[in-house]
Amino acid sequence: MDIKPVSFKRVSREESASFDRSTIDYIQNAAAHGLYEIRGMGAKRKLPHFDDLLFLAGSLSRYPLEGYREKCVTKTILGTRFAKKPIELDIPITIAGMSFGALSANVKESLGRAATAMGTTTTTGDGGMTPEERNSSKTLVYQCLPSRYGFNPDDVRRADAIEVVIGQGAKPGGGGMLLGQKVNPRVAKMRTLPQGVDQRSACRHPDWTGPDDLAIKIQELRELTDWEKPIYVKVGATRTFNDVKLAVHAGADVVVVDGMQGGTAATQTCYIEHIGIPTLAAVRQAVDALEDLNMKGQVQLIVSGGIRSGADVAKALAMGADAVAIGQGILFALGCNSETYIQDGKHISAIEGYDALGTQPGFCHHCHTGKCPVGVTTQDSVLEQRLQPDVGARRVKNYLKTLNMELTTIARACGKQNVHHLEREDLVALTLEAAAMARIPLAGTSWIPGHNGY
Amino acid sequence: MERMTFDLASSSLTEMNTFLHKGLEEGDKRHISVLNPDGAHNIAVGLNHPVTVEIHGHAGYYAGGMNKHARVVIHGSAGTGVAENMMSGSVHVKGFASNGAGATAHGGLLVIDGDAGLRCGISLKGGDIVVGGSVGSFSGFMAQAGHMVICGDAGDALGDSLYEAVIYLRGNVKSLGADAQFEDMTDADYATLAELLSKAGMDHDPKSFKRIASARTLYHWNADANQEY
Repeated sequence: MDIKPVSFKRVSREESASFDRSTIDYIQNAAAHGLYEIRGMGAKRKLPHFDDLLFLAGSLSRYPLEGYREKCVTKTILGTRFAKKPIELDIPITIAGMSFGALSANVKESLGRAATAMGTTTTTGDGGMTPEERNSSKTLVYQCLPSRYGFNPDDVRRADAIEVVIGQGAKPGGGGMLLGQKVNPRVAKMRTLPQGVDQRSACRHPDWTGPDDLAIKIQELRELTDWEKPIYVKVGATRTFNDVKLAVHAGADVVVVDGMQGGTAATQTCYIEHIGIPTLAAVRQAVDALEDLNMKGQVQLIVSGGIRSGADVAKALAMGADAVAIGQGILFALGCNSETYIQDGKHISAIEGYDALGTQPGFCHHCHTGKCPVGVTTQDSVLEQRLQPDVGARRVKNYLKTLNMELTTIARACGKQNVHHLEREDLVALTLEAAAMARIPLAGTSWIPGHNGY
Repeated sequence: MERMTFDLASSSLTEMNTFLHKGLEEGDKRHISVLNPDGAHNIAVGLNHPVTVEIHGHAGYYAGGMNKHARVVIHGSAGTGVAENMMSGSVHVKGFASNGAGATAHGGLLVIDGDAGLRCGISLKGGDIVVGGSVGSFSGFMAQAGHMVICGDAGDALGDSLYEAVIYLRGNVKSLGADAQFEDMTDADYATLAELLSKAGMDHDPKSFKRIASARTLYHWNADANQEY
């Protein structure tokens, strides 16, 4: 009699939850190369986010405003605490700091033109200020980073605000990274580095240690600019409650809190996915800190990290932010992860470029390679031409305009004549996690986990 | 030459700094004395004219910070970050300097007659530093360009993660940092060193110095990156 092998069809194709295909791929890559993965963009894992909040709009108990016609103010003022010349924005949506080096000069010019057209700010990054972005941006925020690449007093004087960067959401506790292929002659010169070197920025500032020193550093920047320019302090979201309090103590006009969904041009994946807290949790803690110090309204809060839509902006504002900053959303608006790039009005396929990187539109996070198929995150003289400043400026302007329209539509539905009147009471949570993190009741209940003894 | 005096016992620091930024004409070369500095932070930061500022006493953090064109002399000791991010001109500390002296300086000359604390010349980007005495640990950390001359001794981890900056050391070092190595002095080194010593007014024989520079093994973050098994 033949003995047939027993076949368990159900389990013979069962994937392990702990060792799924992605984990096995990770282990085998580690074994083959002895090297951690470096990539661009932010956390890809699913996190509690603004998607887990909903608005309660006007009805009988509250009175909505006409969606298109009635006034809804979006003007936003940042830096009212000490600066003689605060920043006035037409919309509460700013462009986050991204370096020349990570981005091309064309991109920097596009961002400046779009921001200027929309009455908002752009921000420099780890690599200094380029003439392209200064000339195209009416209002430019100049970052003071641990590396101090290209940092100089002339640019401090040319800036409209200074942002002291302590950390960023994608990699709190880590410095910047720019792999050799993006360190072309211009980038190398701006950063005083040998061309082609794998550049790793410092993770701590060179001339101060701790919050008491930071207070003196901020005073130096104020003295240097005759107390005219707002000083922002940017932190990656970790111990946000304490960090925001310390930033305020150190004399910040504006605190920028960047959650773990925030992007990067190049960082170890283990950093991106495993360090920091979600933006949703960070906003709550930051607002708590400002309220605890009775500084809400005196020190402004900018929130970043995974802001994509006008609804996200509205939710951040309702939770207590004064403005948001967007990085990755802006890159996507420019054409990042698009199947085509636009040359003189014509769409040209970029698929070959994605193939060469072993990826596809919709998945690409290869900013670190400098081989961006659509010319956004590159220093390659051929690839960078794929993003034409006219096209980039137009697309980013459209994106910002759309977000602002969505924001005001939601605000009007909630009966607000000013987007800054959106409040926590306008929100409910969809999940227990979001309810607990944002301290907003679960929809249809008055339950906030961990609150009032429950 | 026109002279003027600010007495910080009776006038505010901000008033003085604002005058030094906005009250001077292009190319102004006047001589300014600062009395009773009393360890105040941020004295004479952001200078942008070829003036001479003499601080008569001790200065706090960031004295002469981000200096351009000016000559700053501190007749006393200086706190953390003296001449940080200097672009050009000079800062001369007659006493001792605390941590991070000359940090990230892109240009100009920082002279410290006495000792300097931790992280002297950290992230140096093209400036020159001459220290008459010794320097603390982690000096020259990640220094990218420029020169550091140390006439005394150095602490631990000197020149850790150096890029293209060069360190000349006369005394002993407790330990070198990662990727820093002793190298032979060339004629060009002797010439550079002699010039820096002379500018700083220090009378040492260049032959008594050793050269420390980057072994450049950290320039690419993993030499094995292309291996595949």
